[in-house]
Amino acid sequence: MAKITFITQDGENLSVEGDSGSLMQLASQHNVKGIDADCGGVCSCATCHVHVDPKFIDALEPASETEMDLLEFDDKVNDYSRLSCQINITEKLDGLVVKVAN
Amino acid sequence: MRNKSRIPDPFEKARLEKGWESINDQDDPVSMILRHKDVRRCAHNYKTFQSGATPGRIVVPSEVNIRDTRQIPFEVDPPLHGEYRALVEGWFKRPLEQGYQEQLQHLIRTSIEEALSKDDLDLISEFSLPLQSRALTFLLNIPFTEAETWISWGTHVFRSEESALDKDKANILYDYIDQAIDQAAAQPGEDLYSMLLSCEFQGRKLTKEEIKGVMILTFAGGRDTVINALNNSIAYFADNPASLIRLNQEPEIVHQTVEELIRYFSPLTHMGRVVTEDTQVCNHALSSDSRISLCWASANRDPAVFENPNEIQLDRKINPHVGFGFSHHKCLGATHARQILRILYKTLAELVKEIKIIGAEENIEHWGDFRRKVGFNELRVQFIPK
Repeated sequence: MAKITFITQDGENLSVEGDSGSLMQLASQHNVKGIDADCGGVCSCATCHVHVDPKFIDALEPASETEMDLLEFDDKVNDYSRLSCQINITEKLDGLVVKVAN
Repeated sequence: MRNKSRIPDPFEKARLEKGWESINDQDDPVSMILRHKDVRRCAHNYKTFQSGATPGRIVVPSEVNIRDTRQIPFEVDPPLHGEYRALVEGWFKRPLEQGYQEQLQHLIRTSIEEALSKDDLDLISEFSLPLQSRALTFLLNIPFTEAETWISWGTHVFRSEESALDKDKANILYDYIDQAIDQAAAQPGEDLYSMLLSCEFQGRKLTKEEIKGVMILTFAGGRDTVINALNNSIAYFADNPASLIRLNQEPEIVHQTVEELIRYFSPLTHMGRVVTEDTQVCNHALSSDSRISLCWASANRDPAVFENPNEIQLDRKINPHVGFGFSHHKCLGATHARQILRILYKTLAELVKEIKIIGAEENIEHWGDFRRKVGFNELRVQFIPK
């Protein structure tokens, strides 16, 4: 089980727990504002864009070329940008904090 | 896959060898951009490839001769585009709400049950057009019965070719929208017209012309595209009955299936932009004030991005398709369209054993030397119940 905290653009903090699936799915289950996940997780829409707390960036599997290509065209991209649909929840992510980009 | 639902990729050779192809359109030529990476890059670069040109000019075939109203936010560039889009974005996300989805579920189930009762269903006039029109009442949040007017217009009201007849047909829609805005102004309700009439934009109300621009986009953008997606989906399930069985057993893949079929069908072949400065794409010189098109259909079959691009993989995991466009101007109605298709696929898988194709006439677009199947002019089918 990993505890994940989403911080929305409104500044709301939502801490939830998950043990499988993607970060996007966890956010969707809890209606996290700003995670629309339009395409359902196939790396087509970038509506699940998050900025990962720098402390955790190295704990994540690196982004694929497809993910990086999509993020490249997002106006809100920074060094800590990831698509939450491409992050699988594991025990290693316990305590992860991400800020919703939109 | 049997061949009725197959959509060949006519762009393969040109995409591989050149990456672009020039076509004529009413003496205002268009360079079609064919590679996925270039299509995305050009779509994102609004400064060099603008949407805010003469109204109708970024559409291919051009609509400059049939309308003067600027479609909003579609024919506006950032940063103004973003201000307009912010006004309507929340409204167009309503399909994510449970109540909206329940309305769609009821409509789609009823439509399929009615289709199951017919031995020879004219899919376009008896299923796809009514379903698209009735679903649009939910997006506009207006009475369900209003769809009957739109259904009576047939499928060709929104087509834009050069004849005066088409201009007359287009005017049916524009006059209708004028009247609907006036009615909402006289009696405000909870509908999209009333929302647009009441909202603040740069410290003022929207003009009637601006509201008309949003409404024309809403009607025209989601008409042929949704109908093509519905027809092509039914043809695919007819040719591939095992896919319905799989969707029934694994409903969790429906999101991936919708994205994959949108990639494969690419209901809108391409969309144009006007070049604002001399530039080049794929070593092809483009002069200022010329036109390009972003060929979504070609990009969606680019083997540099998609493994086995001409095959449908119902659960394709990574699928960066551009079937709903890309970047600033990505389809505003995509949330609505996706919900329709997800619910349609799940409900078909639940209720329908098999779909038989009785007759079909393909709709082939002509773009220069390219011949692209985009859907059907006619499709007669029989739905067999479980």
